[in-house]
Amino acid sequence: MSRFTSTSYGNSPIHRFTHSLIIALWFSLLFFPFKGLEAAGILFVVLFTALFLLNILKRRRVSIKGTITNFKKYFSALKLPESKTRSIALIFLISTVVLTLPLYGHDYLIDIAVLSGIYIILAQGLNVVVGFTGLLNLGFVAFYAIGAYSYALLNTKLGIGFWTSMPLSLAVVTLSGFILAIPALRLRGDYLAIVTLGFGEIVRLVLNNWDSLTKGPNGISGIEPPYLFGMHIGRLSHFYYFILIFVLVAVFIIRRVADSRIGRAWIAIREDEIASSSIGINTTAYKLYSFAFGAFWAGVAGILFAAKMQFVSPESFTFMESVLILCMVILGGIGSIPGVILGAVILVMLPEMLREIQLYRMLALGSGLVMLMIFRPQGLIGGKGQ
Amino acid sequence: MFTQQLINGLTLGGVYALIALGYTMVYGILELINFAHGEIYMLGAYLGIIFLAFFTAIGLTSYSLPLALILTFILSVVFCSSYGFTIEKIAYKPLRNAPRLSPLISAIGVSIFLQNYVMLTQGASDKIFPHLFEKTSIELMGTSVTYTQIFIIAVSTVLMFFLNLFITKTRTGKAMRAVAQDKMMSSLVGINIDTVISVTFIIGSGLAAVAGLMVAIYYGLVNYSIGYIAGIKAFTAAVLGGIGSIPGAMFGGILLGLVESLSAGYISSEYKDAYAFVILIIILLIKPSGLFGKTQEEKV
Amino acid sequence: MTSMVFLLEVRDLTKHFGGIRAIEEVRFRANEGSITSIIGPNGAGKTTLFNCLTGITSPTKGAISFSDREIAGLKPDSIVKLGLARTFQNIRLFKEMTVIENVMVSQHCRTKSGLLSAMLRSNRFKNEEKAISEKAIEYLELVGLESYAGVLACSLPYGSQKRLEIARVIATEPRLLLLDEPTAGMNPQETGEMMELIKKLQELGKTIILIEHDMKVVMGISENIIVLDHGVKIAEGIPSEIRSNPLVIEAYLGKEHSA
Repeated sequence: MSRFTSTSYGNSPIHRFTHSLIIALWFSLLFFPFKGLEAAGILFVVLFTALFLLNILKRRRVSIKGTITNFKKYFSALKLPESKTRSIALIFLISTVVLTLPLYGHDYLIDIAVLSGIYIILAQGLNVVVGFTGLLNLGFVAFYAIGAYSYALLNTKLGIGFWTSMPLSLAVVTLSGFILAIPALRLRGDYLAIVTLGFGEIVRLVLNNWDSLTKGPNGISGIEPPYLFGMHIGRLSHFYYFILIFVLVAVFIIRRVADSRIGRAWIAIREDEIASSSIGINTTAYKLYSFAFGAFWAGVAGILFAAKMQFVSPESFTFMESVLILCMVILGGIGSIPGVILGAVILVMLPEMLREIQLYRMLALGSGLVMLMIFRPQGLIGGKGQ
Repeated sequence: MFTQQLINGLTLGGVYALIALGYTMVYGILELINFAHGEIYMLGAYLGIIFLAFFTAIGLTSYSLPLALILTFILSVVFCSSYGFTIEKIAYKPLRNAPRLSPLISAIGVSIFLQNYVMLTQGASDKIFPHLFEKTSIELMGTSVTYTQIFIIAVSTVLMFFLNLFITKTRTGKAMRAVAQDKMMSSLVGINIDTVISVTFIIGSGLAAVAGLMVAIYYGLVNYSIGYIAGIKAFTAAVLGGIGSIPGAMFGGILLGLVESLSAGYISSEYKDAYAFVILIIILLIKPSGLFGKTQEEKV
Repeated sequence: MTSMVFLLEVRDLTKHFGGIRAIEEVRFRANEGSITSIIGPNGAGKTTLFNCLTGITSPTKGAISFSDREIAGLKPDSIVKLGLARTFQNIRLFKEMTVIENVMVSQHCRTKSGLLSAMLRSNRFKNEEKAISEKAIEYLELVGLESYAGVLACSLPYGSQKRLEIARVIATEPRLLLLDEPTAGMNPQETGEMMELIKKLQELGKTIILIEHDMKVVMGISENIIVLDHGVKIAEGIPSEIRSNPLVIEAYLGKEHSA
């Protein structure tokens, strides 16, 4: 048993050998019933070789960290312009790419970009709740769904257009944010997570089973795209710029709110709720605001989603979606606004670009999550927080 | 109708209780909601089918069904316990000192991984459990009870009884309770925390494996996604009884099974899955510490 | 100069936790502008008393009037808004915020900008933000931490963290300050500095109640001392009286004699 728990490698080759052997054997055995002898055998060989090599590399003190440090030294030796100029250049580059995308990108790329935009808004909304305020919401997809379905219903059943629906839908979503928050407020971290998960699932189940209203699993189709300057925004490239505006507005607003008395109160609540209360912050009210504010943006994303797909069904609003959005927030770095943008873009683009290994996408996501938590919990950019 | 649903409820409840025990024990020791626990249950179900198929293939089943079944049970339990043990070492142990969010996310990651692992290796369609017992049933209190149901209720009761014995009478059991109460003190009196945690995961996973196997027998088919729903429901049961409390998990499981069956029978079976969520939310709102738990106030 | 105005009056305050009687019928008063110390052996109920005063716990029985308002059972943030604030024994700073952010966020209940003005960045908002930063620096200067403004709170040395706690509580513009063991873990020099700081706060018009174990501090700056033991007030008086009070001596020494 101790061989599995000890991390010190023995000095002798025999030790290294047996260590790698046992671990490889263990995993192959676990794998064996599921895929058969041949596959298990292959796994064994692969694992054993990999572990053995790693062992040898460790022994020879060839470290990854060392290589990176060397690389950094070479990099800085090249006379690159200083950091401020670099940032401006970077921003300029990214802006150009983003603004001119529809000109050179093919439809598929633009489509993904539009989807990224929607997810950026979603992730920013969740970032306010989880990242700033520290409230773990595992059912965020519920607000997304309510936003999407409310527009879908208003449009298909009552013929209400996009711009008129928007305030109505957003009111409904924000209200549901409040409603969920009220019971959730008294709960500690884990329990809050579960209640929100439950809420998300209940919303999905209702959407799936209330056939008379929501057409159940068949979904609602024939939703109108938004109407602007006298025409429907049907063309993809137009929709791209449409979404871009929303994304910019969302990020802009959220940034301003974060950098204010309200944002500071939220972060204080995340850091220490009792201390926050003891310096005069009405934690109950602010947690409510946080939930409602986050729900608002999920609603925006939902309406945009419905308008783009022109079709909604409960399938798009599963627990996995909530998890995905949470991953975007974590990947980018909890609390960091640019980080979350990056996280959203990566998690939308990556699986699409790796279409060939599509099958293993979820495996990668699962193991990626575990490794991210162990090796870089602060995410790629890392914001104010864990 | 009532007795029928009652029996159904007890059967379901037994299964939920077995899975709930794993949740509650791990939470009691690590304060972690082991999201991946439901997947262990699913693994148990799949492994049961796989091993039984193997034994059938080598002719053991036709030779002696009880023997094949027992071996299947043993192998499923051993493998699932090993999975549980391994998962703890890889995905939770490194995060023992991390903030609460990290192991939770890690657990979600493991859950996703396992679901897709099984989906990729075993296929996305349902896997059938060979029809073993004839659907014979006996008449009991005016309703028919199948042998499978009796089997499930019996096995769960026996296992719960032995677990209780283990926790209260054996040294390891007492060590587990000690660690659940105060980790630091336990290590100071010489209890090996790592070992206790591993044992907890092993036992919890073993129980889940049995639950999975029995469900496979009961319903005749399994699917890689059964872990998620069963997991949520079992977690609800654990919370209902008071998370961290072992008798609570047993009680909560049975109660949940009964509520679900009776509601499905009398109210609506379409929203069957929703009842667990609704109960969960209600409990967490009214008394988060559950029926047997203690309200914990934060010390200032 | 003893004022006849009692800023704080505690009447028959009682708190039971299940079977445990944390504090039992405690009564005392604090004059405006005074420094009172609450002492007693460990477990005497001092922190529970503070928790009741600040709304973190609700008393089982009894009443608390602060500036002629009944505050027993109110929520912590309401009590802070009324002008009663505290520090914590085991430092509850906002670790991932910088020093100055800690002090800025503590002005929360004295500032007003809402969601709308934050989004629109009105002039009122900008002016308020400027005032918040400037005041934060002032508070930091008061405790001598202005050079640490941009540093993360968690990287401060222990003594500085304690002082930051004080800056934070002052930022809430309280009339009454409850300091829970402000000199715990400090060396004699730091303790002396803290005593100076407390006296400075009194000069600024604050009323102060301390929980302390360090007798030098207690005897050195208190005008009134209240002694708790097992949740009950066993003595009250000026330092010289308390020093020679047999009940007090027994409470402390008695603890040492019984194993």
